Amino acid sequence: VIDFFDLHAEIIIMLVKIGLLLFIVLTVNAYLTWFERKVVAHIQSRWGPHRVGPHGLLQPLADGLKFLFKEDPTPAGADKFVYYLAPLLALALALTSIAVIPFGPTSLYFRGHEITLGIADLNIGILALFAITALGVYGIALAGWSSNSKYPLLGGLRSSAQMVSYELALTMSVVGVLLMAGTFSLREIIQSQDKPALGLLGWNIFPQILGFLCFFVAAVAETNRVPFDLPEAESELVAGFHTEYASFKFAMFFIAEYTSMITVSCLCSILFFGGWLSPFPAGWTFTHYLPSVLLIPFGLWVIFDGIKYETIFGRLILPGLGTVITALGVLFILFPAVNDFIQGPFWLLSKIFVFLFIYVWMRGTLPRFRYDQLMAFGWKLLLPVSLANVVITATTLLWRSH
Amino acid sequence: MNAPLIVFYVLAALCVLGALSLIFQRHPIHSALSLIVVMVALAGLYLLMGAEFVAAVQIIVYGGAIMVLFVFVIMLLNAGVEERTNLSKLAGFAGIPLAVALTGFLAAAVARSADATSQQALQAGVVAPTKTLANLLFQEFVYPFELTSFLILVAILGAIVLAAPRES
Repeated sequence: VIDFFDLHAEIIIMLVKIGLLLFIVLTVNAYLTWFERKVVAHIQSRWGPHRVGPHGLLQPLADGLKFLFKEDPTPAGADKFVYYLAPLLALALALTSIAVIPFGPTSLYFRGHEITLGIADLNIGILALFAITALGVYGIALAGWSSNSKYPLLGGLRSSAQMVSYELALTMSVVGVLLMAGTFSLREIIQSQDKPALGLLGWNIFPQILGFLCFFVAAVAETNRVPFDLPEAESELVAGFHTEYASFKFAMFFIAEYTSMITVSCLCSILFFGGWLSPFPAGWTFTHYLPSVLLIPFGLWVIFDGIKYETIFGRLILPGLGTVITALGVLFILFPAVNDFIQGPFWLLSKIFVFLFIYVWMRGTLPRFRYDQLMAFGWKLLLPVSLANVVITATTLLWRSH
Repeated sequence: MNAPLIVFYVLAALCVLGALSLIFQRHPIHSALSLIVVMVALAGLYLLMGAEFVAAVQIIVYGGAIMVLFVFVIMLLNAGVEERTNLSKLAGFAGIPLAVALTGFLAAAVARSADATSQQALQAGVVAPTKTLANLLFQEFVYPFELTSFLILVAILGAIVLAAPRES
C-alpha cells in the first residue's frame, strides 16, 4: 500500500529535518548566550546569571520574552524597506549556512527511505558556504545605512571594509585543505582525513597548521566577534550597526551572530579537525564508550544538584533531566548499534563545543583591535601568510606526486 | 510544466524585474540592491544549468565582493536621491527605437538558437565540472588568463597612483 508518506517521502523528510535543525540551532543559540555570560562571568570572578531558575538556566527564556514585548520604534527618516530587510537578511543567511553542514557519516532509514544527517549535501559545499558568507555582510552594512543615524552608519562602513578585507584571507586559507582533499564537498573533505590507523594524526591540522590559524582568525573577524568587533564597538559607536534596532529586530541580529559562530565552529572542525572522525585509532574500540562514560556521571550530578532546590525545578525538572541523560548513557552501552550511530555526531558536536568555548574565552580575554591595526593585520600579515600556505601546500603535493 | 522550468521562469523574472528596478529606482542604494538581486538570480540560473562552480563564484565575486564595494562607496559618499530631467529629445527620437530594435534582434537570436544547438549542448552533458573548468583555465587558456590578471593588476596600480598623495 502506497500512502501519502511514501508519495511525498523526500519532501516530508526534508521539511521535518529543516524544522528539527531550526529548532535545535535556535535552542543552542539561546543557551549559547547563557553559556557565554556564565563563562565570561567566571573569567571575571563573577557569578553571571543565577536568579532566573537554578544556575540562571531560564535566563534565555526571560530574555526571549523581553525581546518579544519590548517597544519597537523605527527611527525618523529611516529607509523603512531596507531597515526591515536588513535583520531578515542577516538572520536568513546565517541560518541557511547551517544547512550545508553534514553532521554524521551514517544515514538513518525510515520505511526504506534514507535520511542523511544534514540538509543539503552539495558538491560545492564549502563554496556555497563562502557564497552565503559573502552575502552576509549586506545585513550589517544595510542596517547601518538605513537607520539614518551616524553611529550605525560608521559601524556599517567599518563592517563592510572589515569583511571584504578578511574574506580574502578566509578563502585563501582554505585552499590548502582543498588541494589536499581534491574536492569542495564537506563530506569528502572529512573522508580524506580518515586514516583509521593514525587517528587524530591524519587530520588536516598538522600539515595545515598555518592555514588553520589564518582561517580561524579570519573567521572570527567575519563573524564580528571579539577582538574584531569593531562594527559594534560600544565604547566608540554606542552599539554600532544595531544601535537603532530594538525588540525582535535586534534579537534577529543577535541570533544571526551566534548562528554564524556555530557555523564557523562547524567549519573549523570539519576542515581541520576531522569533522566526525574519532581522534583515536580505529582499533581502540573501547573509546566508543566515551559518550556513555561522560553522560552517566553528568546525569547523576544533575539529579544530585537538582534535589537541593526547593522549587518545582528541584523537585521535578532537573532530576527528570538528569534521569534522561543517565538513561541515554545506559542506552548507548546496551545497544551497540545505537552507540555506533552516535559516534560521528558525538565527536563533531564535541569539537564544535570546544570552538564555541574558545570564542567565549577570547571574548573574556582579548581587548579590541584598533582600526588601523585591524587593516594592517588583515592585509599585511594574514593575506601573505595564507598565500604562502597555498604555495607551500601546492609545491609539496606536486613534489610528492612525482 | 516541470519543476526546473518553473524555477527557471521565477529566476528569469527576478532577473528582469531586478534589472528594471535597477534603472528606475531613485536612490543609489536601492539600485545597488536591485543589482544584487540580478546577480544572485543569475547565479541561480547557472546552478540550474549544472554549473555549480560558476554559480558559487558568481555570488562570491559579483554578489559579494564587487557589490559590497558598490554599497560601501555609496554609503561612504552618503549619496542621496538622484535628480532626474525629462527625457531629452535625442533619447526620445533615437534612443527608444534603437532600444526596441536591439531587444528585437536579441530575442530573434535567442529564439533561433533555442531549438537546436543549446538544447543539444545541455543534453550531451557539456556542462563542465570544476575539474574541466580548471584544466581549461590553467592549461589551454593559461596565457589569456594570466594576461587578464596582469591587466587588472595594472588597473589597480593606476588607481593607486591616481589616489596617492602628491609628493611636493
